[in-house]
Amino acid sequence: MAARHSPVPTVVSAVDAAFRAEWSGLVAVLRREFGDLQVAEDAAQEAFATAPRAWRRDGVPERPGAWLLVTARRRAIDTLRRGKALDERMATLVDAPPPSASEILDDQLALIFGCCHPALSVDAQVALTLRTVCGLSTDQIAHAFLVPGPTMGKRIVRAKDKIRRAGIPFDVPPVEHLDERVEGVAAVIYAVFTEGHASSRGATLIRGDLCDEAIWLAETTSELLPTHGDLHALSALCLLTDARRAARYDSAGSPVLLAEQDRDRWDRAKVTKGLDHLIAARRHEAQGAYRPQAEIAAIHSMAPCYEATEWSAIVTVYDQWLEAGGGPVVALNRAAAIGERDGSEAALAALAPLLDSGTLDDYHYAHIAHATHLRALGRDEDAIRAYDRAIAVCTNDAEGTWIRAQRAELTRDGPRRSSAG
Amino acid sequence: MKYALLIYADPAIAPAEGSVEFAAEMEGWFAYSTKLAEAGSMLGGEGLLDGHTATSVRVRDGKTVTYDGPFAETKEVLGGFYIIDVDNLDAAIEWASKIPNVGYGTVEVRPVMEVPDQG
Repeated sequence: MAARHSPVPTVVSAVDAAFRAEWSGLVAVLRREFGDLQVAEDAAQEAFATAPRAWRRDGVPERPGAWLLVTARRRAIDTLRRGKALDERMATLVDAPPPSASEILDDQLALIFGCCHPALSVDAQVALTLRTVCGLSTDQIAHAFLVPGPTMGKRIVRAKDKIRRAGIPFDVPPVEHLDERVEGVAAVIYAVFTEGHASSRGATLIRGDLCDEAIWLAETTSELLPTHGDLHALSALCLLTDARRAARYDSAGSPVLLAEQDRDRWDRAKVTKGLDHLIAARRHEAQGAYRPQAEIAAIHSMAPCYEATEWSAIVTVYDQWLEAGGGPVVALNRAAAIGERDGSEAALAALAPLLDSGTLDDYHYAHIAHATHLRALGRDEDAIRAYDRAIAVCTNDAEGTWIRAQRAELTRDGPRRSSAG
Repeated sequence: MKYALLIYADPAIAPAEGSVEFAAEMEGWFAYSTKLAEAGSMLGGEGLLDGHTATSVRVRDGKTVTYDGPFAETKEVLGGFYIIDVDNLDAAIEWASKIPNVGYGTVEVRPVMEVPDQG
């Protein structure tokens, strides 16, 4: 680093690196020390704001985290003193030794559990986690969730207000509640990931930033709670799914089906990391729904091409998943896997009871699957009807366009050809 | 921190007075109150009579208007409350989850307003 001629990019990248590495730990430690989330966040923010100038002047500190903590503590003390809310213990914190690595990890875990407290709405948990744990700005979060900035701002302010006034603690929950609370944290992370991965609300289909944040959160929490299989399963699922990011959409923004994706564009580093987490998930006996999804994603990621997919293994995962209580969407996907293994007749047979039950009437993927198999068997009229049902309930612009294109292929080839003949 | 535990339940599915289940629940209430007091967390609490005994009162334009029944006509009615003093919301939720009729009712946990010192 010292050999670089221009010091400026070095400082900028050092601040960026410190932000990613230190933000959540810094906020977590400050929150414990000063007992208030807002004070902690503001102080951390100000410490990062002063870092570029100070580091340019004095050089990048050997331990940026320690520099940031001391700077932020001074800021917090100033703020509290101005507000006449400083007590004696807090005033001595500037000179307090920095917390140990394991203390920082405990604080980080407490911060995550506090932000994902079930007394907050899931929307609030998601927003607060992105703001406080990931360090995204309110505007960035608002942009990612396609809501106006003031709306998101209000959501976060209300959440912090409830934390303060309702006495929501920032603690690692006791053993008897740990599993259910971990489940809640995982649900928040998964909500961030799915929002980033496929939005049902607009034309932008992959908002990569949210996927990156979700993966970071999943990996961080699985490092903090390494014996919780579900967190490893969630990490695996996010990584293995996101590995396909570059191949999922073509240059025009239309979705590319798994069968047609260019597998050279899959991110092999993410696949490898995902498989490692999957192994950890198996070792720690992950029970939730993230594991079978990760297992299936792993089977896909290991197939050199679509034709080489081990469909029998996938059907087996679905069978086990259904046995463990998987719902109608699981059964739908099982039918698709059966179709790949045994053909469209078998798939239609597996689909029939599901479609008859009506539970998937509003789920456009069910009608797309139905149409695809009908079409494969030459039952074009039935397929067109199934596409129509899919179009009627689909709310995603890009997918709607794709379904219409599929339907158009049938009407073009069908009636026109016969009238021309 | 002080919290009110507001206990709501649908009287239609509560055990009938005189039944074995009713007696068991009553015993549960006494045991719960004792435990809360022994933990030093009890500031007060009462059970309330049926919703149909309630009278609601408003004053509008200086005129007192009363009407028959509870504030909101819902299936689940306020049947009692405790005021507790515990460390934080998790502790309050823990106590709420042990309320004898929480298996079929709902307990609303509300922080009690802190009145700032006047000095």
